Parts: sequence; structure tokens; C-alpha cells
Amino acid sequence: MLRIKNLEAGYGKLRVLKRISLHVNPGEIVTLIGANGAGKTTLLATITGLIRAIAGEIQLKGENIERLAAEKIVARGCSLVPEGRQVFATMSVRENLVLGGYVQYRSKGYDLTAELDKIYALFPVLAERQEQLAGTLSGGEQQMLAMGRALMAKPSLIMLDEPSTGLAPLIVKNIFQIITRLRDEGNTVLLIEQNAKAALQIADRGYVMETGKIIVEGAADELLANKDVQRAYLGRDVE
Amino acid sequence: MYWEQEYECMTRDDLQQLQLERLQSTLFRVATHVPFYRQKFKELGIDPDGFRSLDELRTLPFTTKQDLRDNYPYGLFAVPLRDIVRVHASSGTTGQATVVGYTANDIKRWSNMVARVLTAAGVTKDDVVQIAFGYGMFTGGFGLHYGAERVGASVIPISSGNTKRQIQIMQDFRTTALVCTPSYALLLADAMEEMHINLSALCLKFGLFGGEPWSEAMRAEIQNRLNIIATDNYGLSEVMGPGVAGECRERHGLHINEDHFLIEVINPETLEPVAPGEIGELVITTLTKEAFPVIRYRTRDLTRLIPEPCPCGRTLTRMERVLGRSDDMLIIKGVNVYPSQIEAVLFEIEGTKPHYQIVVERDGRLDKITVLVEVIESIFFDEMKKQRQLIDEIKRRLASELGIGVEVKLVEEKSLERSEGKAKRVIDKRKL
Repeated sequence: MLRIKNLEAGYGKLRVLKRISLHVNPGEIVTLIGANGAGKTTLLATITGLIRAIAGEIQLKGENIERLAAEKIVARGCSLVPEGRQVFATMSVRENLVLGGYVQYRSKGYDLTAELDKIYALFPVLAERQEQLAGTLSGGEQQMLAMGRALMAKPSLIMLDEPSTGLAPLIVKNIFQIITRLRDEGNTVLLIEQNAKAALQIADRGYVMETGKIIVEGAADELLANKDVQRAYLGRDVE
Repeated sequence: MYWEQEYECMTRDDLQQLQLERLQSTLFRVATHVPFYRQKFKELGIDPDGFRSLDELRTLPFTTKQDLRDNYPYGLFAVPLRDIVRVHASSGTTGQATVVGYTANDIKRWSNMVARVLTAAGVTKDDVVQIAFGYGMFTGGFGLHYGAERVGASVIPISSGNTKRQIQIMQDFRTTALVCTPSYALLLADAMEEMHINLSALCLKFGLFGGEPWSEAMRAEIQNRLNIIATDNYGLSEVMGPGVAGECRERHGLHINEDHFLIEVINPETLEPVAPGEIGELVITTLTKEAFPVIRYRTRDLTRLIPEPCPCGRTLTRMERVLGRSDDMLIIKGVNVYPSQIEAVLFEIEGTKPHYQIVVERDGRLDKITVLVEVIESIFFDEMKKQRQLIDEIKRRLASELGIGVEVKLVEEKSLERSEGKAKRVIDKRKL
């Protein structure tokens, strides 16, 4: 689905990503974990075309996308749920979702009702509040709205940036259940998280990032058992 | 039947992406955690973060058995000792032992890889697996043991030796799969014949053999005499233990677990890669080992890669059975001779037994090689003429195979020393 080889990117003279290689197979949840400043968000920004790669390749479904404009990448089936939700606060829930479906609407010109119904089935709370302004939703509801908005584009790959930030543990659990459900329904997910333990518990595979480099890759259960990962990211030093 | 189909049958393209990712993180980890590699990379001006393709592997230094000895016991470990859950030592076939360690994750992956090999050979959870490899410091016993448990088979951890007891247990416990060295399998067959055991009354179906080089003819004999499907498996403690590669039911080469090991075949003298499909020395880089990663380890094992796809559906490249060791190679009168070549010839000749010894001597300034061959008893009762004919036949065929003349002596059955572990085939009496 997604294949990245030797990717380098940064801001101005600052090289944040140093030779990143990773891949996501169809139908997998892959998580990328790492501390603050490791370069996780920069990586997502580079995949989505918000910043340009300095070197390396990004392939989506076998096609190179590292030179494409951000909106073309969305149209090719790669959607981002940004960090801090970034919903349009002064628009209604429904309007936010319809905007998410813009790519689909423009290319096919069809009615979005069926798509909206699917999102409402996945997040019943959004159906209840469809006419409410997005800015009046709680943090957890906004996260659901941001996910729903991304799903409206019918992406082949959905990327989530820190979906658990600032949410109560119970809500986080709920959000992670929904991510698992998305995978079970055949979606492919790249999940960026600081909450390494929660992310590894639902992921199939994971990558650990440190100062712009991938330092280890493996099955999620192996990473959970990896002593280096435990020490650095799970805050659990053995004995 | 596959154990991990998503890996065993992955496309080359996907495999190479995975290998690149794993190589990059392995290089980072050895450069960070293993002083030996950090130092070596520094000396050679290698930037471990600079690797962009698998082809660049060639620019890295080799790791040799001597490096392992120099860092005895724990010098090459990439994790602190408190993360190590198991320590093994190499069997020390050639000289001082070397020490390797495993984290809990390493043991888990190792078991999975052995489970792949067992599954490919036909073993399932319904089998009773008799493990006649030595346990203890040698990786053979424990490696196969954990893999067989992973598959869910019933494991008999009998370890090596005590042939009579092996046979007793094989009968009583209804063993269906035998794990040992190929020479020990033949020894068991001999012993069973001696004890007048009806081989067809045994439940044995599979034999998984490894630990020493053997030949196709030896396989045929084991399969016939024990009435089993005999497959080859390969591994060495320096990179993990058994489970590096194993044969599928096609029995035509061993599938290498390439998602965990990066393989090269080099010319042992020039150290350059050989042409695809040519014979050379196997060089292995580990891709997932946590405790004991090695970069370009020179195995000294001679083999060649089989580029053609395998009908079993696995896409993992196959290697031919190990043909010998690059340091077992005898140089006789300037000609390279491998014991396996001699073995192959002997197996084709009627009247010989699969037990032989190669004695190398220096007669004045000339090398002399004598092959002692066990022959069936009846030959000694025949006229001298027949013995002469047999000797001449062996001499002629060996000379045409090796390109040098050898002496041949016929010896009685069971007069050569039997081994319960790795067979000792070569006795080099030369003082150089």
C-alpha cells in the first residue's frame, strides 16, 4: 500500500528525517512510535505532500507520489487525520463531513448521502449532532469528526496523527476500538502515537523512531517485549 | 503447508523492502551498541546511516569466527546481559568455542523459523518428534525442540547417544519424526538391522537432518532403509542455530529465511560475489537478531543458490545442501578436494557401505590420499580377483572425479569408528 525508501525531509537547512524506510501492507494497522521531536509529524507532512522530500521515494499503491501536490495525494487515496483534530469550528458537523467528501463528490459528482450514513453508523454521536457547530463538540467528539471527515474521501490509506492527545482514557479506548474496527473492515491504517503501549496493543506491526531515524521495526508484540522500547517509550525499566 | 505464508510466499519486491528496512535498523543498532562494529566502521570510514540499498552491503567488513573468539565471551552482544534469557556456545567443531546470546524475542523468532522448517518438511501437531541432537550448549537440540513445540508436536527430548535406548523409545513412543545428523540416522539403521527390528513396523514418517554435510545418495539410502521422507535443514549457532534454512517436500534445496537473514555467496579466495548459481562460501547478515546481530558472517560453508522458483510456492530463495566447508577443503598436490566429492562417488558404487575415511599423508614430499571404504562382508569371501576389480573401479571413478590419483583400501563392515554426533571423515597426518 505505502512504501517509503530512504526518505529525507526537513525545514530550511534543518534535516529532520534522515533516511526513513518503511512500508504498510494492505489491511494492516502499522504504528509509528517515538518521543517528542523524533520527526513523526514531519514524516506525515512529507507523505501528504505538505512539505517536499529532499531525497528518497514515497510510493502509494505502486505509484510515486513524492512530487505530487497535497490535494492530488488526497485524490489518490491517502487521507490524514491531523494532530489536534483541526475541525472547522464554525461549520456544522455535517458541513465538515461533506467537505471531507469533496474529492469524491468532485470526481464522481454523486450524492454523498450514502457516505454520510456510513459515517453516522460508525459514529452515532455525530448523527445526533449533525447540525451542531463543530467547535462546540467535546475533544473526543471532535476526534471522531476528524476521523469521519477523513473517511469521507474513501481513502485507501488513513493516517492518524496522535489521536489520543488530550483525551480522557475512556475516550482513548473508544477511539482505539474504532481504529481496530476500521482495520477489520478492510482499511489500512498508519497510526502515529506517543502513547506507545496503547498503539502497540492494537497494531499489527510497528516502527520506533528516534531523532529522525527508524531504530527498530517489528511485529507489535515483539516491540512490546523489546527491552529498548520498554525503557525508552513505555517508561518501564525492568527492575 | 506453510507456517507463515505471508512471509514465506512474499513477492521479491516486498521482501527487498523489508530487508532494506531491517538492514538499516540493524546497522544503526550494531553501530550504537557493539563497540567492535563501531570501531570497525570508524576505521573503514563507513557511515552506518548512509546505507540506501541492499547492494551496498558489499562495502561492509566481514565478521569471522576469529572475531567471535577475540570477543569471547560477551563482547559482541548488542544488549545488556540482563536482557539475555539464553546463552549457547558453538559446538567447537574447529577449535575454541564461541558464545552467543538470545533475548526473549530472539528465542520466539528462532522457534518460529524452526517451525517453518518443520512445517515445510511435513511435521504437524499430530507428530511425535524424537530429537536426537545433543542438548546443552549446542544449539541443535534446543533449537529443534522449541520449534517442534511451537508447531504443537509432541517432543521427545532424548538428546544424542545411547543408540539402543533411542531405538527402544522410537518403538515404544511411536515416534513419527526423527531429528539428528544424517550419519547418526544411518547408524540407527545399522543398529536396528543388527537387532533384527522390523523397520516397517515403526511409525517413522519423517527425518529432519542437519549438522553436517551429506549427499543425495546418502539421502536415498536413509529414505530406503528407514522408509521415511528425509529433508535437510541448515543453521549455525553464530547466526542463530538451526532454522536458517530448510527443505520443503520437493527436496531440492533449502529455503532460506531471507526475511531474517541476508545471504551472499562469495569466492572464499577473492572475497568477491560469485556469479548467480555458482558455488561459493555462504555469508550471512542477521536482520532481526536483538542480542547477537552479525554483519556479513563468513560461515565457511560451501553452497550455491538455486535461482529457479520452487514448485512448493515459497518464494524464499533456495540454497543447495552444504557441499562442505571452505576450510575442510583439502589441497592435495595442488588440487582442491572436498570430502563430499569422494562421498558422492562411493555411494554410486555397488558393494560399498556409506562409511569411509579419508587419510591424507605426506610421503617424502608428495601428498598421498588413501580412502578407507567399508564394504559388504561377502566381498572378502569372494576371490581376490573381485576385490581387485572393486578397488580398481573405485580408483578409476575417484580419479576421474577429483583429477588426482588416490589409494583405496577395503575394510570390513563396522571397522571404522562410528560417531554419534558429527562424523569425522578426514584424518590429515601431514605435518606442514
